Amino acid sequence: MKNEIIRIEHVSFDYGDHRVLENINLTVYEEDFLGIIGPNGGGKSTLLKIILGLLNPTEGTISLFDKNPKEGRKYVGYVPQYTLVDRNFPINVEQVILSGRIGHTDFLRRYSGEDKKIADKAMKIMGIGDLSNIQIGKLSGGQLQRVLIARALATEPKLLLLDEPTSNIDVQAETDFYDFLHGLSEKMAIILVTHDTGAISSHVKTIGCINKTLHYHGEKNIPPKVFEKLYGCPIELIGHGIPHRVLKEHED
Amino acid sequence: MVFQYAFFQNAVMAGIFAAIACGVIGSYVVVKRLVFISGGISHAAFGGIGLGLFLGYNPLLTAIIFSVFSSSILGIISKKAYQREDTLIGAMWAIGMAFGIFMIYQTPGYVPDLASYLFGNILTVSRIDILIMIALNIIIALIVFIRYNEFLAFSFDEEFSEVTNVPVMKTYIVLLSLVALTVVVLVSVVGIILAMALLTLPAATASLFTNSLKKMIIFSILIGIGYMLLGIGMSFFLNQPSGATIVLISGISYLAILGIKSLIRKS
Ligand SMILES: Nc1ncnc2c1ncn2[C@@H]1O[C@H](COP(=O)(O)OP(=O)(O)O)[C@@H](O)[C@H]1O
Ligand SMILES: [Mg+2]
Repeated sequence: MKNEIIRIEHVSFDYGDHRVLENINLTVYEEDFLGIIGPNGGGKSTLLKIILGLLNPTEGTISLFDKNPKEGRKYVGYVPQYTLVDRNFPINVEQVILSGRIGHTDFLRRYSGEDKKIADKAMKIMGIGDLSNIQIGKLSGGQLQRVLIARALATEPKLLLLDEPTSNIDVQAETDFYDFLHGLSEKMAIILVTHDTGAISSHVKTIGCINKTLHYHGEKNIPPKVFEKLYGCPIELIGHGIPHRVLKEHED
Repeated sequence: MVFQYAFFQNAVMAGIFAAIACGVIGSYVVVKRLVFISGGISHAAFGGIGLGLFLGYNPLLTAIIFSVFSSSILGIISKKAYQREDTLIGAMWAIGMAFGIFMIYQTPGYVPDLASYLFGNILTVSRIDILIMIALNIIIALIVFIRYNEFLAFSFDEEFSEVTNVPVMKTYIVLLSLVALTVVVLVSVVGIILAMALLTLPAATASLFTNSLKKMIIFSILIGIGYMLLGIGMSFFLNQPSGATIVLISGISYLAILGIKSLIRKS
């Protein structure tokens, strides 16, 4: 029996009087690797923030690891959109990754030897061990992305949420990145958000399509009609000119 | 020698304590981009000064209570409202000033030296003012020392730190309250209106030389002390207003260092 880790029921969300999400129902299980696609402004990031308890739904209910999101989120590693990071901030790679441990520290908020070991391990997994003293402004986009993922891994999550992790990464790096996530998905559930439909669907197990409402959720052979509805254009025009990958299996 | 006069010693001490508070808190103001909200807090503090003069208490003490209170309110409403944070800050900014002036005009038989609160007069700093400044510095240093990692995580990425269950609202209010305390430290040195300059310029200068927050704090304390001593000395010997001189020295030094640095980088 697969365990449920997220249950979203009839969730709607308004920013002021602007409805961003409408009647979302979604269940995620512990071994899922779910890709969420949808156009810019479709509400994908908002949905992640609701899952994380950063925003409260206007209507509906959500549970995360059978708890309310503010409690359940201690099992979640969050990788925000890295374009939103302040690159001028005086902080180095190691400090960023250690900050993933802050929820585990004592009253004085000092990191223990154990915390440092976990952060080191996360850096090794992401292949950035030799960057630990570099200020984040000096990193490339791909490196910064790895730092943010390492920070999320340092929380020792059971579920990883990634918001648009591949924007600004070149195609080769993107393919490597998906292979890497594939390996990671053996160990934890993953939800990956993107507006780019090009490569994602050959790598994830299931797909959800969001544009205010959840248009589709299930196996990744998305009916072309859903695409037309989502993006307002026929499927051939979507992605990086490689729309066939959307419908094809991962070759391995 | 002028250095033996008590008022001059007080001025130098006030300058140094102000530089310490500014170095610590100004670094957070700069990296967390709290400049505008700090402007609101410092101007609102004038309400506390007016209240103190009206009630007959030491205006620095009432300014502490008033500005910590108003910065907490500012913090809460700016986080709870999805938008128009800047409008709220602007309103607080003006209301605080207006309230201060209103209270001062209700104070019977007393025509206060408004300019010294608005623009500072470091040569009138009293022993009690110095003691208040020392106490505030200890509070600021202690809190920042104990919560250093939390402030760092929070300032760098508020959203992520909230997910890892850092109490972000509390942390934000504590940080804004520390800004309020720093403003009070600055009142007698450069005054309410010029306080922003010392909350930003030493830290901004320091940020040109380091990529570490810890070093930035230490550098901005030292740079701030340099600006203060230079400003106090010049204002005294040239017989110019102290607050304005300190701010001009800071601003010109910052711009000059910025210019030199970008010239060096080019060549
Ligand atoms: N802080 C905010 N205040 C008001 N509206 C917002 C805010 N953040 C996002 N929105 C609006 O919510 C909608 C969905 O945004 P978002 O969830 O970021 O979309 P996506 O991640 O799919 O691109 C957009 O129309 C956006 O303008
Ligand atoms: Mg988004």
